[in-house]
Amino acid sequence: MTAAAPPLLELQDVEASYGPFRSLFGVSFSIAEGGVTALLGGNGSGKTTVVRICSGLLHPIGGQIRYQGQDVTTQRAFRLARLGVVHAPEGRSVFSTLTVEENLTLTFRQCFGRREARAALARAYDLFPRLGERRRQLAGTLSGGEQRMLSLARVLVRAPSLLITDELSLGLAPLVIDEVYETLATIHASGTALLVVEQHVRQALSLADHVVVMGKGRVQLSGRTEELGDISERILPAIHGERASGNGRGAARA
Amino acid sequence: MSAPSVTEQPGSAGPRPPILEARAISKRFAGITALSDVDMQVAPGELVGLIGPNGAGKTTFFNCLLGMLRPEGGTVTLEGRDITGLPVYKRARLGIGRTFQRLELFSGMTVREHFLVTERARRGTGRLWKDLLNLAKPTAEEQDLAENMIELTGLQAEADKAVESLSLGRGRLVELGRALMTQPKLLLLDEPSSGLDVRETAGLADKLAAVQAEREFAVLLVEHDVEMVSSLVTRLYVLDFGELIASGPTAAVLGDEQVRRAYLGDM
Repeated sequence: MTAAAPPLLELQDVEASYGPFRSLFGVSFSIAEGGVTALLGGNGSGKTTVVRICSGLLHPIGGQIRYQGQDVTTQRAFRLARLGVVHAPEGRSVFSTLTVEENLTLTFRQCFGRREARAALARAYDLFPRLGERRRQLAGTLSGGEQRMLSLARVLVRAPSLLITDELSLGLAPLVIDEVYETLATIHASGTALLVVEQHVRQALSLADHVVVMGKGRVQLSGRTEELGDISERILPAIHGERASGNGRGAARA
Repeated sequence: MSAPSVTEQPGSAGPRPPILEARAISKRFAGITALSDVDMQVAPGELVGLIGPNGAGKTTFFNCLLGMLRPEGGTVTLEGRDITGLPVYKRARLGIGRTFQRLELFSGMTVREHFLVTERARRGTGRLWKDLLNLAKPTAEEQDLAENMIELTGLQAEADKAVESLSLGRGRLVELGRALMTQPKLLLLDEPSSGLDVRETAGLADKLAAVQAEREFAVLLVEHDVEMVSSLVTRLYVLDFGELIASGPTAAVLGDEQVRRAYLGDM
């Protein structure tokens, strides 16, 4: 995607708070049509607040959000979803008293209709074979990682205009993380723009063409991935709030 | 059970008798085999890891060791004593502590209160009628123990804050401190780095290593962060589909082809 392409999503001087606690201060960045933006930062830096604002789950107290050129600052989440914004939240969001298949069918019938739901189910099982093995099991009895797979499968079989993923790798085994990122790459190849929030920095950067680093509710660093150079020079120090390079352990895991 | 791809000799947990010995643990859920004849030994003061794909049975195994689940087959012994039939609280008092995959703290209570309550639970001296009559104030000794744990975990600045106001990283330290208040001989840690950023993970690992070196309790660690696993534990067990597929020294197990195929991928 060229830099000249009009942005799909644009945040301008966005401010947010939870009650009396201010969480975002003048956050501005944009996501290009079909682009991949990695939103990085330590815990408590404001990443999840940003993505909740992008998907309409939280409304800003200041600033503006534009999606496909339209002002969506006060738009509610379900309307943004209908405009093509899909949010895969952090953690596990499953209906614990329904089976794996019922959880998936519920979502897929809503999104694709009865006819397409079976094909979507097949894609979900293809993506996460473990879910296929456990299709008749109650979601509440799945392991933590399997519940995470189930909540991801509900969103990863779609190809929306913008897919927002919050900590995709949380609780997943290394092999599964690789597979999930391969799927993200496939979704991106079909034209979907991605906003990827991730602790595994290298994994996120393997996909991203643009990087935004948050710290204390502010954008600390942003730019095109190739312009920011080696991650240990600018990106990791920005994430760690340091002037010097990150420590060896952090760099190794990142 | 398939043969482990990395083998170890019986008793390789060390020359000392194991503090924990699980033999042929089996567990099924609604016809699905979650654990099949799983054996494990942990020596006193030893740091052991348990890894495996999602749904392999790691948390189920933890819950069987602790008595939160009853296995259909097998025995669990702690310091040579069969504890298979004991309830959770008795196992905790015998010296098994744990943390949880998802933070399980007591909402509305401060960090200090978490530690005080745990100390009283460990001793079994709490009485409901005293609580109701407001006669259950902590003793000076209990206060001292809680204060020591606050210092040990580095939570001085948050000691009197409600736990829900803390970040996930600090919350994990509260869980660790609460588990340590039970004075465990064996500490079970279930994905302690889950949700932590790189810096918080390194801080938690360093804190854990320092406290373990001082108190010399044994650790059984379930973790997907391979960096943390390889820096902390000396022996590894690998579960896949409820069966042990490998066990042995950490480096050998992480380099094993079957383990890479089932769990690690191209790391």
